[in-house]
Amino acid sequence: MKEPDGSMGIGTATYWIFAKELRTELRTRELLHTTLVFVLLVVVLFSFTFEPTREESRRYGPGLLWLALLFAGSLMLQPSFVREQNNDTLSALRLAPIAPFSIFLGKALASFVFLTVAELLLLPVFAALYDVTILPVLGEILVVLALGTAGMVTTGTVFAAIGAQARMRELLLPLLLLPLLVPVLIASVTATASLLVQEPAMDWTAMKFLIGFDVIYLAASALLFEYLLED
Amino acid sequence: MPRSGTSRSGLVGTLAVAALMAIAGYAIFFLAPTERTMGEIQRIFYFHVASAWTAFLAFFIVFVANLSYLVRRRQVWDQLAVSAAEVGLAFCTVVLLTGPIWAKPVWGIWWTWDARLTSTFVLWLLYVSYLLLRSLVEDPARRAVTSAVFGIFAFLDVPIVYMSIRWWRTQHPAPVIAGGEGSGLDPTMWWVLLVSLTAMVALLVLLLRQRFRLEQLRSELEELRLRLSTNPGNRF
Repeated sequence: MKEPDGSMGIGTATYWIFAKELRTELRTRELLHTTLVFVLLVVVLFSFTFEPTREESRRYGPGLLWLALLFAGSLMLQPSFVREQNNDTLSALRLAPIAPFSIFLGKALASFVFLTVAELLLLPVFAALYDVTILPVLGEILVVLALGTAGMVTTGTVFAAIGAQARMRELLLPLLLLPLLVPVLIASVTATASLLVQEPAMDWTAMKFLIGFDVIYLAASALLFEYLLED
Repeated sequence: MPRSGTSRSGLVGTLAVAALMAIAGYAIFFLAPTERTMGEIQRIFYFHVASAWTAFLAFFIVFVANLSYLVRRRQVWDQLAVSAAEVGLAFCTVVLLTGPIWAKPVWGIWWTWDARLTSTFVLWLLYVSYLLLRSLVEDPARRAVTSAVFGIFAFLDVPIVYMSIRWWRTQHPAPVIAGGEGSGLDPTMWWVLLVSLTAMVALLVLLLRQRFRLEQLRSELEELRLRLSTNPGNRF
């Protein structure tokens, strides 16, 4: 869809950015592979920090699952802008006659897809290793994962754009992102934990809280992202 | 730039703040009644709470300065933001240090993962990250914009962190001992708290002013260096 001034509508532009990100990633699959190996490592390493028997798995499982995802997210979100900078394509994106918000949205959506794929592959491994039953509550767990991941990629994409302009950017993103994601961690772990007990129940307070977080930061990103693309 | 008069007014300001701090110290140690159950240690309350409120005030100034910078694009807002963040972090550190000193004899533990304590800790971490980010972006304009966006995101997070911890992580709905806060506070204690709060806010203003001047000098220097490096033959 073309706007009267010849520029693209925000939906179309978002789609093209999203497609570009997917294509770039599918050529190498660097991000997906490294993220997957990383989360697997974390999940295995965690098993050495406590006795992964059934009782304790239920208690610590949700926490370690989300910590693994949080660390993975703070690592895999960085390339979304660093790649543009290394290839000198950021200026081209800046010059493109599209709304800055669509660049944000396209990249955030692509990161959302990458992280979700990693999560889907991790979930059965996690369930098997820690002997937790996820099949009966799979739908609910996926909803929790989606809401938590949305919070991660929204803030993470903005911070990746910030980090790309700094020195030591690989180290910086986790330092910016992790303290900010404390509420997401707490709410997601609570919601996941209430699904992995004997009588699983959906924690609606946690769900509403996650939705609130996602909406607040999506709005803040919509308002503030364009400032980060200035030259 | 008129800088000759600053040292005298700075001296007057410093003396005034020192006098206020002395009055507050006197009030805390000699006028405030000794708390019945906690004893003398409770006097740390006046430093602790006054520093906490002052730190929050400083972080609020950071937030306002961040927003103003993005809207107005005047360098002074960025200079104010970094000054307030640094000074606020100092006050927040005082809060995090006086807290455990008070908690150990009263609660029997240095730390508890209570909503207020934990969210203050996360707040401290967020502003440490803010300053870290600033130190890692070289270009002044970029540093101002990126840190302003991060500052706004961080400030929005504070109430969310507090709520999340209060809802799900707090073992004690209220601190183990109300600690003299709330409606039960003795009127004299209120007065002493007000005096120490005034002294702390005055200290904040003083430090903020000093730090702000330093930041202005720094950016001036940065600009001169930049001009020199881009145009080495230029003698201004």
